[in-house]
Amino acid sequence: MQDTQGISVAVLGSGGAGALTVGNLLLEAACEVGWQGLLTRTVGPQIRGGEAAALLRLTSGRVECMPDRFDLLIGIDWLNAHRFGAEIEVGPHSLVISDPRGGELPPIVAESSARIVKIPMKDLAKAIPDGRPNMIALGIAGRLLGFGLERLLALIEKRLSGKGDDAVRSSQAGIRAGFEAVASLELGRPLGSVEPPTTKRWLISGNDATALGALRGGIRFAAGYPITPATEILESLAPSLAKVGGALLQAEDELAAVNMIIGASFGGTPSLTATSGPGLSLMVEALGLATAAEIPLVVVDVMRGGPSTGIPTKSEQSDLNIAIYGLHGDAPHLVVAPQSVADCLFTTQWATYLAEALQVPAIVLSDQFVGQTQAVIERPADVAFIGQRAKATDIAGAYKRYALAANGVSPMALPGTPGAQYTADGLTHTERGTPTSTAADHLAQLDKRRDKLDRFNYGDHWATIEGSGDIAVVTWGSLTGAVREAIGRATQDGIATTLIAPRLLYPVRPEQFAAALEGKKRALVVEQSHGAQFHRYLRAHYDLPGEVRVLNRPGPLPIRPEEIHRALLEWRK
Amino acid sequence: MSKASDLPKITSVADLFAVAYQIEADAVERYELLAEQMETHNNTELVKIFRDLARAEALHRDEIRRMAGDIDLVEHARRIAKWKRGESPEEADLGAAHYMMTPWHALQLALAAEQRALDFFASVVKTAPNAEIKKMADEFVEEEAEHVNLVQRLLQRYPKPSSSWSDDLDPPTSQE
Amino acid sequence: MSTLDMRAACKPADYKSDVKPIWCPGCGDYHVLMSFTRAFAELGLPPEEIVVVSGIGCSSRIPAYTNCYGFHGVHGRSLALAAGLKVARPDLTIVVASGDGDGYSIGGNHFLHACRRNIDMTYIVMDNRVYGMTKGQPSPTTEPSFDSALSPGGTGLSPFHPLVIALASGANFIARCFSGQPNETATVIAEAIRHPGFSFVEILSPCVTFRPDEKDWKDIVHAAPVPATNDPAKAARRIMTDDGFNLGILYRGDRKPYQPTAKANIDLAELEREFEL
Repeated sequence: MQDTQGISVAVLGSGGAGALTVGNLLLEAACEVGWQGLLTRTVGPQIRGGEAAALLRLTSGRVECMPDRFDLLIGIDWLNAHRFGAEIEVGPHSLVISDPRGGELPPIVAESSARIVKIPMKDLAKAIPDGRPNMIALGIAGRLLGFGLERLLALIEKRLSGKGDDAVRSSQAGIRAGFEAVASLELGRPLGSVEPPTTKRWLISGNDATALGALRGGIRFAAGYPITPATEILESLAPSLAKVGGALLQAEDELAAVNMIIGASFGGTPSLTATSGPGLSLMVEALGLATAAEIPLVVVDVMRGGPSTGIPTKSEQSDLNIAIYGLHGDAPHLVVAPQSVADCLFTTQWATYLAEALQVPAIVLSDQFVGQTQAVIERPADVAFIGQRAKATDIAGAYKRYALAANGVSPMALPGTPGAQYTADGLTHTERGTPTSTAADHLAQLDKRRDKLDRFNYGDHWATIEGSGDIAVVTWGSLTGAVREAIGRATQDGIATTLIAPRLLYPVRPEQFAAALEGKKRALVVEQSHGAQFHRYLRAHYDLPGEVRVLNRPGPLPIRPEEIHRALLEWRK
Repeated sequence: MSKASDLPKITSVADLFAVAYQIEADAVERYELLAEQMETHNNTELVKIFRDLARAEALHRDEIRRMAGDIDLVEHARRIAKWKRGESPEEADLGAAHYMMTPWHALQLALAAEQRALDFFASVVKTAPNAEIKKMADEFVEEEAEHVNLVQRLLQRYPKPSSSWSDDLDPPTSQE
Repeated sequence: MSTLDMRAACKPADYKSDVKPIWCPGCGDYHVLMSFTRAFAELGLPPEEIVVVSGIGCSSRIPAYTNCYGFHGVHGRSLALAAGLKVARPDLTIVVASGDGDGYSIGGNHFLHACRRNIDMTYIVMDNRVYGMTKGQPSPTTEPSFDSALSPGGTGLSPFHPLVIALASGANFIARCFSGQPNETATVIAEAIRHPGFSFVEILSPCVTFRPDEKDWKDIVHAAPVPATNDPAKAARRIMTDDGFNLGILYRGDRKPYQPTAKANIDLAELEREFEL
């Protein structure tokens, strides 16, 4: 049975209640029987003991966004749940399980007309030696989702295998108690069954996928400074790079991190750093240097709420402007954005390939949502995008590092190559690399660096273009999944709609974009930024059709498929 | 500046030729560097003076090479003509250069350099281990003394400039 | 010619490029350039196996004046760039050139961490106690009484003590030189390059344009009276109490340099298995 909407579960708790563990175990159980899924989380500001919610969506097919509302919401407690209550919408068809001693329901839940059932999870846990309420919640959710008790018991045994028999026993007792407590309850919409998977599947986060994409593309050196929500990329790369003969340096700050990768790349090693908005702000000077000195680099920005420290744990698409326009001077470089957890792998690999081919920095605009979401995905295909830098090896005569080659890409001599010594320079330079301040030299090198990016053939990967019809929904990055789902529903309503989501944001592709918009009468722009940065970017570089609407909102409240669908329906009126 | 304790050890005429050769070669290089500096800073009068001085020292260098006959001076000098401390005696003092320097200043630098070369060879004469080296070193002393005289004569043509020689009413330029 | 023959044939001039320096005549940095080329020749390193990395400022113009590979990067970040380069390319000899503004002010934090990290490279700071490229502002090593447009009546601030900071931060080799003694300086630079780990050489290099008083340095400097110690406590006492014009190698540590030496032992397919269900 196809169940593309699937089932969504949210588990809340605070003070070490273990809500995130429940989400994790449920996803694992679902994967075992063939479901695909997304697991994300929303958390309070505390390092330990804070309020947290695991948000889980299970479907029978590809899933790339959170649902409009949750079918099942389990509140182990509601302490400070108002901090992210708005992110966990429930409706009349939802079932809410609440502990009578868990505090007051947040208004958005209390006023939702959802069915609310009180189950004393804390008391049930207390009755078990070392019992924990999250295991009660796991039993409850497991049963309501249709998992057998044995599966749940086996799952916890595997998870706690290192913690001793007592721990396993008390957890299993908790699961049993939860399972019993909802014997007479059912979810409004039953969970269908799925075919077992025929292909290999992965459970991976966007940040881990980014790291893997980097390695597949040829990255063998990384440097970085810890920052939420990008740190996992560095933590994934540190052991992996060591295993494939590379290295990672923990830098003293982002200024050092980006300069370290410039150095490593100058030496010939494809290199990457990962950061978030505040770190990117510190890196832009050096990105200008890498642009001028033509050093390939990959910089992953896992975007979070900004400006300034903003909301470090939550997603937003508001670094578009700094990524494209943040460099001083005329500094053409690459900006690309992954469109899903799985696409983090492809896009980072592609960015590595492009950076190396074009000898230029590439900024990968990921975000907290795709970065920190765990997803079940089909194993990403092996693609041929592996960084290949044009290198000067056979030097005859005076070597010109910045020779005005026809395609703008001049072969790079690596240190150690006899007879090709040159100094890479951020000062305006001649073809040889010698500093100059003449108008002609300045123009020649600016032209060269612009043309090499403009003339490159980026192929079809520059954008995702799907569907047909005279309405276009134009979006980018992690919102692509929500837009795709909304377009699916609109199509069922008879509204023919085209999805246009550029993966390559810079340099702009006016011809390809015009072709994608050919015949469109209306365009809906969807983005997660308060200042409608993407809309303004589109206006600056592309001709949009006559009627344009913008659906934009800052983080952390996600833009849901339903809102996009509604905006399309309004056009039918 | 070079001190007696730093002198390369001279135990043969070949050593002496090599050291003398290196001293002149260093002097040429130094004058050429100063000429380049003056070129970069558009002091054309001094470019010419330093080039002339370089040329004069080059003649001297080549003459030593001729006198040395079959000895491979370049290679021999590379091995023995080293000053661990201080500089090669006839090198003009780089630290005394100035973008507005006048011929008088250049000749003062040259005079000091020639004087140091003269002192150097005089000390070789004093410490020469045999008559052959001493005789040869005496010739170099004579030659350097001639150079000192020559520079002194040239200096008569260029009186000491007034104390305002380095006044520049334009401010320095801000670069990076 | 075999590599060995080529090494034997290296002369200082082989390490000089044909790019003409823009430094003011009389600048100490001309001497430093000479010391670089003499040190490289003494070591007999092929020029293509040396990389001179720098930031911004008068001193940082030096890479292009050598015939080595060079990187003239942004202000203050040369040590970070060099760290990445050395870890990625341990086969290269890395010399980082900086000044008192580039190295101690905007690049101060990187200085601490480069000392601590102890990657095998040589850091040479040409200290003239002033910003030359921007017309004479005080730097971290400038005396408190230095009067300038940006510090009318003097800075009133104590100068920074780079050698003490290097020692406290973990530098493995610490020396002070004077540009006006290019042969002595060349010997120290060669020693610094030979010494494993992070070597720091501070070169007093007078600025004729904005600090004409520094011409007197040549009469003030003096050789260190005792040889280098490997005892950090002794070195600290010496460096803390000397007059700032004590020249020579002052500290030689024996810390092991940092260099990740991972060999590829698995392929990517194996890494992917971690994510398989």
